[in-house]
Amino acid sequence: MSVIVYIETQDQEIKKSSLEVASYGRAIADAQETSLVAVTFGLENGSALKQYGVDTIINVPTEGEQYFNADRYSSTLAKIADNEGAKLLIISSSANGRYLGPIVATKFQSTYFSNVIGLPLSYDPLTVKRSCFTNKAFNQSTSQKARVVISLSSNSFGIIEKDGKGDLKTAEYAASTCDLRVESVEKSSNKVSIADAEIVISGGRGLKGPENWHLIEDLATVLGAATACSKPVSDMGWRPHSEHVGQTGKPVASNLYIAIGVSGAIQHLAGINSSKVKVVINNDPEAPFFKAADYGIVGDAFEVVPELISKLKVLKGA
Amino acid sequence: MTHRHFFINFVQNNLFMKILVCISTVPDTTSKINFVNQNQAFDTQGVTFIINPNDEFGLTRAIWFQQKEGADVTVVTVGDSSCEPILRKCLAIGADRAIRIDATPMDGFYVASQLSELAKKETYDLIITGRESIDYNGGMVGGILATFLGLPYLANCNGLEKDGTTFNLEREMDGGKELLKASFPIVIGAQKGLVEEKDLIIPNMRGIMQARQKPLEVVPAVNLEAGSSIESFEKPPAKGPVKLIDSSNIDGLIDLLQNEAKVL
Ligand SMILES: Cc1cc2nc3c(=O)[nH]c(=O)nc-3n(C[C@H](O)[C@H](O)[C@H](O)COP(=O)(O)OP(=O)(O)OC[C@H]3O[C@@H](n4cnc5c(N)ncnc54)[C@H](O)[C@@H]3O)c2cc1C
Repeated sequence: MSVIVYIETQDQEIKKSSLEVASYGRAIADAQETSLVAVTFGLENGSALKQYGVDTIINVPTEGEQYFNADRYSSTLAKIADNEGAKLLIISSSANGRYLGPIVATKFQSTYFSNVIGLPLSYDPLTVKRSCFTNKAFNQSTSQKARVVISLSSNSFGIIEKDGKGDLKTAEYAASTCDLRVESVEKSSNKVSIADAEIVISGGRGLKGPENWHLIEDLATVLGAATACSKPVSDMGWRPHSEHVGQTGKPVASNLYIAIGVSGAIQHLAGINSSKVKVVINNDPEAPFFKAADYGIVGDAFEVVPELISKLKVLKGA
Repeated sequence: MTHRHFFINFVQNNLFMKILVCISTVPDTTSKINFVNQNQAFDTQGVTFIINPNDEFGLTRAIWFQQKEGADVTVVTVGDSSCEPILRKCLAIGADRAIRIDATPMDGFYVASQLSELAKKETYDLIITGRESIDYNGGMVGGILATFLGLPYLANCNGLEKDGTTFNLEREMDGGKELLKASFPIVIGAQKGLVEEKDLIIPNMRGIMQARQKPLEVVPAVNLEAGSSIESFEKPPAKGPVKLIDSSNIDGLIDLLQNEAKVL
């Protein structure tokens, strides 16, 4: 009846959001006095997971297939969960995690709970707290089924180191059930993705034009942050759509979110308000963002940001 | 008739592509979110309902297929009669017909199950759902529906072109994009990029008049169980006031972020 966690990797590195999933899975396995099984795909060495409480690390060799495959991954995970007699399968809320969630939940004949924050409130039946209305509210949901797939909101539990047994195993890669082929993957030029970033620097219409984006990019570079933007900025083509955050764009759940020249419209805030600390830099003291932020500077971005960059460069020794 | 056979028919007889667009009715993005009945239900008082934005991007893409090559576009929703104005709007935007599955949507699993019962009765070449709804943000209807139907699913789909007998697709991922190919039929989770904001169709008078004549069929729900239930809702605790730092005191901001918030 072990607990299963799906571990995502990129270039043979375990993603941070997956270490959080492992930590979360460990806490559940402890509460249920059972073992924690992690499943990785095409990972040569997963032994690092032992430090995050994993008892059995099952690697699935992917026969040279280099891309994420929702169909085959979900069939494989459902089969392993079935073999282990598991009731709970936990995945992250990354784009791939959220893609996989409903598919694996259906194949595993289970309930799917996305946007879960925190440990289950009860286990029998399973009740969890989830965010809804794009982070404007929460609800408590109870599964009617004994089996549940949980997609954990990133940054909602944290990473906890704890020793597990760390046994290594392998399992077979399930066959394909449908015809959908990845032809190629284009990585964006951004070094850090919004989903994986600890810090996100976001620019709005207040920056006046794409030619001023070096302010956002330079600040992001000193802080090792991802760059984001408001919806009109991407609609006008100043920045790529992949940077659009908010209710109709990407969600942000970083530790630090710095908004520059963003007014803080309700649709923008909805997508970013699960970030832990929010900073606003805006020349209009009435901008709604000041009501949502933790720290704010009323000032001209073109004066404040260059100074912030140069001071941070000194601080970071860059 | 299997999909393969249908497909051969399609090519030989030059039949048009059939598209099903699944529509969710959601509160307008500026709605105040409140709860009633001891926090057990969403307070709909004073709330305006709209087509879920992700579904609208998908619907617009479907209308392009209709305009360009005569695709047949059906919109469907699972909901009570209060959803009909939204279906009429979809017809005014250009859909050929609408279906309302007469049931209260209990959860994403329930909605996907109802949709799958309906979709099984027809042969659709393309089924479009939104990437997620902006009310419950489940992001699950498309994936569950596709899996029930034994079809491939592509989440976060922001590019879709037909190339003879296959689709060329694009998926937005964390830190990049994926280019894919699939043969008919497929289920996608639509989002912005499939069409742009400026491409969204605002119904004109003619569209609205025509929509009144187009079929809106109400079909009974299939008797099945939901996968989960919502026990209660709550709102996040009120936030404290912002700490303002003078624009001449950048060091002050850095100090607070380092030593108070501990995020640098
Ligand atoms: C259905 C729907 C969905 C939406 N979804 C989203 C979404 O997902 N994400 C999103 O972001 N928006 C979304 N919006 C749009 C949203 O309503 C706002 O229009 C948008 O967020 C505003 O973007 P902005 O803050 O960049 O621009 P503005 O509102 O124009 O704000 C610019 C800000 O910059 C400030 N400024 C100007 N000059 C300077 C300067 N020199 N220094 C410092 N500050 C300066 C101004 O004071 C102002 O506050 C949505 C809208 C709708 C209707």
